[in-house]
Amino acid sequence: MISDLCKKMLGKSLWLFHTNCGACNGCDIEVIDVLTPYYDVERFGMKLVGSPRHADALVVTGSVSRQVAPALRRLYEATPDPKVVIAVGTCAVGGNIWFDTYNILGGADKVVPVTVYIPGCPPRPEAIIYGAAMALGLVPKKTEAQHEQHVPKGFDLDAYLEKWKDTPAITR
Amino acid sequence: MFKAKLKEAVICFGAGRVTLKYPFEPSPVPPKFRGKIEFDARKCIACGGCANVCPPRCIVIEDMGEVAKITFNLDRCIQCARCYEVCPEKAIWPTDEFETATPDKSDLKSEMIVWMSTCQRCGRCFETENAIDKFESKRWRGRGPGEANKHGIFPIKPPIDFTAQTSLVREPEEEKDQ
Repeated sequence: MISDLCKKMLGKSLWLFHTNCGACNGCDIEVIDVLTPYYDVERFGMKLVGSPRHADALVVTGSVSRQVAPALRRLYEATPDPKVVIAVGTCAVGGNIWFDTYNILGGADKVVPVTVYIPGCPPRPEAIIYGAAMALGLVPKKTEAQHEQHVPKGFDLDAYLEKWKDTPAITR
Repeated sequence: MFKAKLKEAVICFGAGRVTLKYPFEPSPVPPKFRGKIEFDARKCIACGGCANVCPPRCIVIEDMGEVAKITFNLDRCIQCARCYEVCPEKAIWPTDEFETATPDKSDLKSEMIVWMSTCQRCGRCFETENAIDKFESKRWRGRGPGEANKHGIFPIKPPIDFTAQTSLVREPEEEKDQ
């Protein structure tokens, strides 16, 4: 649905504004890598612009720290509609190893609505191209959540899990 | 000046086309590439080694009596493959898949449920169901499928018959004969 919406609203070229919200520079290097002639994301009309007011898409890297969250919110509001937010890297998707620290909000989606998540630490340049192409509606989604269970036959798992619903979880 | 520019132009023409046609053609990954992790619930014994070493704590194991629920929050997985290194049964492994971009975050939360049994002494879980089958698959004295249960692991005549409900103090055999 999102891809159809993007196709209809955005037309052809996607201009990116790249913002670092506390990344280690790994994802930023990969984003720059995507713009080199070897990967050449400018085939799809994408290019980096210097101001959010010129941009169609925000590329967010880094686990969003408390200091930078208001700035990211202002960047998002400065970007003209319709807009796309692409979270690049595990930090921007879920907060990486700092997901529960006091000064990290843990993901760009805590501050701005994210359109496409690109996990990876850092993601391959191909993965970033894939995510950008998916935002344009050129390629379908491939990944899916894996749900597996191994219980003996005749074991009513749903009823059993229902029983444990209110019990506080013991994790290890 | 002009000559040098001409030379540069010739070099540029000689280079040919270098750009990958990536989204329209597949791009192979280098060897030993660590991509999205996959797992097998049949092999897992829920020992908790992976949850112990995972740096972003993306693997969480919940003990629920007879069932252990293992959650993989792949949104913060950094693909370090330490879980693969530590797993004794190799029930979790990194794949070549890197095209994990998704518009929906729930695609990045995998789940595995393993049936366990509760220890009567300590109350914690342990895996019983297919432990003997595992001995068999590792060829520990097994004589074929289904045989390890009868004769394989234990000797043909066990010194003490655990199944018979007698007192552990044996009576002298002479008295028995009489």
